[in-house]
Amino acid sequence: MMGERLEYLLRLGDSALVLAQRCAAWVAHAPIMEEDVALANVALDLFGQAKLWLEYAGEIEGAGRDADALAFHRDASDYRNLLLVEQPNGNFADTIVRGYFCDAWAQLNLSALAASSDERIAAIAAKSLKETAYHLRRSQDWLVRLGDGTDVSHERAQRAVDELWCYTGELFIGDEIDAAMVAQGVGVEPNSLRAPWLARVEAALETATLVKPGDGWMQRGGKQGRHTEALSYMLAEMQVLPRSYPGAQW
Amino acid sequence: MVARAWEWLDEVPDPELPSVTITDLGIVREIREDAGALVVALTPTYSGCPATAVIEADVTRALHEHGVERVRIERRLAPAWTTDWITPRGRERLHEHGIVPPGATLADGPLVTVLIRCPRCASTKTSEISRFGSTPCKALYRCDDCREPFDYVKPH
Repeated sequence: MMGERLEYLLRLGDSALVLAQRCAAWVAHAPIMEEDVALANVALDLFGQAKLWLEYAGEIEGAGRDADALAFHRDASDYRNLLLVEQPNGNFADTIVRGYFCDAWAQLNLSALAASSDERIAAIAAKSLKETAYHLRRSQDWLVRLGDGTDVSHERAQRAVDELWCYTGELFIGDEIDAAMVAQGVGVEPNSLRAPWLARVEAALETATLVKPGDGWMQRGGKQGRHTEALSYMLAEMQVLPRSYPGAQW
Repeated sequence: MVARAWEWLDEVPDPELPSVTITDLGIVREIREDAGALVVALTPTYSGCPATAVIEADVTRALHEHGVERVRIERRLAPAWTTDWITPRGRERLHEHGIVPPGATLADGPLVTVLIRCPRCASTKTSEISRFGSTPCKALYRCDDCREPFDYVKPH
């Protein structure tokens, strides 16, 4: 059923889009100029990936909505991104830890999606994967530098890990949409990514002298449109211009 | 017509790396005639590269200027663009303009560290200042001998 593929594409596109917008908000605020440039570059890649996913979603929906219409004219409850990506930027350590958890997951998810039976999904995934390799290397480098850095950077990085951990469970929880996509050879079984992700993250945390939090309740619901309040505020800022001036052009 | 179109597009500069053309970069994947229209298949470099739309407009304009009335642009994602497609002439032109051409992409992915030679003094004592540079495709380096900062096209 095409409705399932549409949902699946919105999840991919929205997760890339929301993380892109979060990264972009750092521009002109990053601790050093090179980081301004790096965060802008990462954001640009993610915006590009989001556009590819959402263009395809719009075509499948067949209601005449393009990527812009989907990005700017849906409310938070219509967004299907993971809860992790919408968490506020916080301090630089919060942003790096969030980025690292996401990049490590995206790398695994896109690798698997590159073998999708849907050729267009496979093509977008293969292209995005090359960009993600650079994102992951950067976020992992920073994770280690902050964790194994000064007392202050260590403490902030550990707090970020502790606070964001409850949003990582959702990366690996499948539902009926995932099951349908797996059955058609289109999508990835989320739980299959859990063990490799954990192995990678545990090793990185150890190198960074950070402690992995114990297992506890994991938040969920983003993929079904139930978001934390952070998303609405972000979307309000992101969408205000096209909503106030529909059809505005540069 | 197709052969001439390749020559015409061979003169369209990349908007962000104007020292090379879009054919030097390997962005033009195919040109063919289809029902009276000239179809040009282009592969974007990075997903979010803002030059993509400009390149499509530049290609259309260049062909119109040479009298081709009907032009159709096809955006081709697979196989994904790689810096291995940059032609020898493109690499030479990059070098002439002080931009270090990319190392080869290897099976281990684009992350293998290679020796980066300063485009001014040829010293190999160079350091990475930022892995992310002025455009998505470049990293920023500095020569530790002559102190010149320079761009490096990342293997991708």
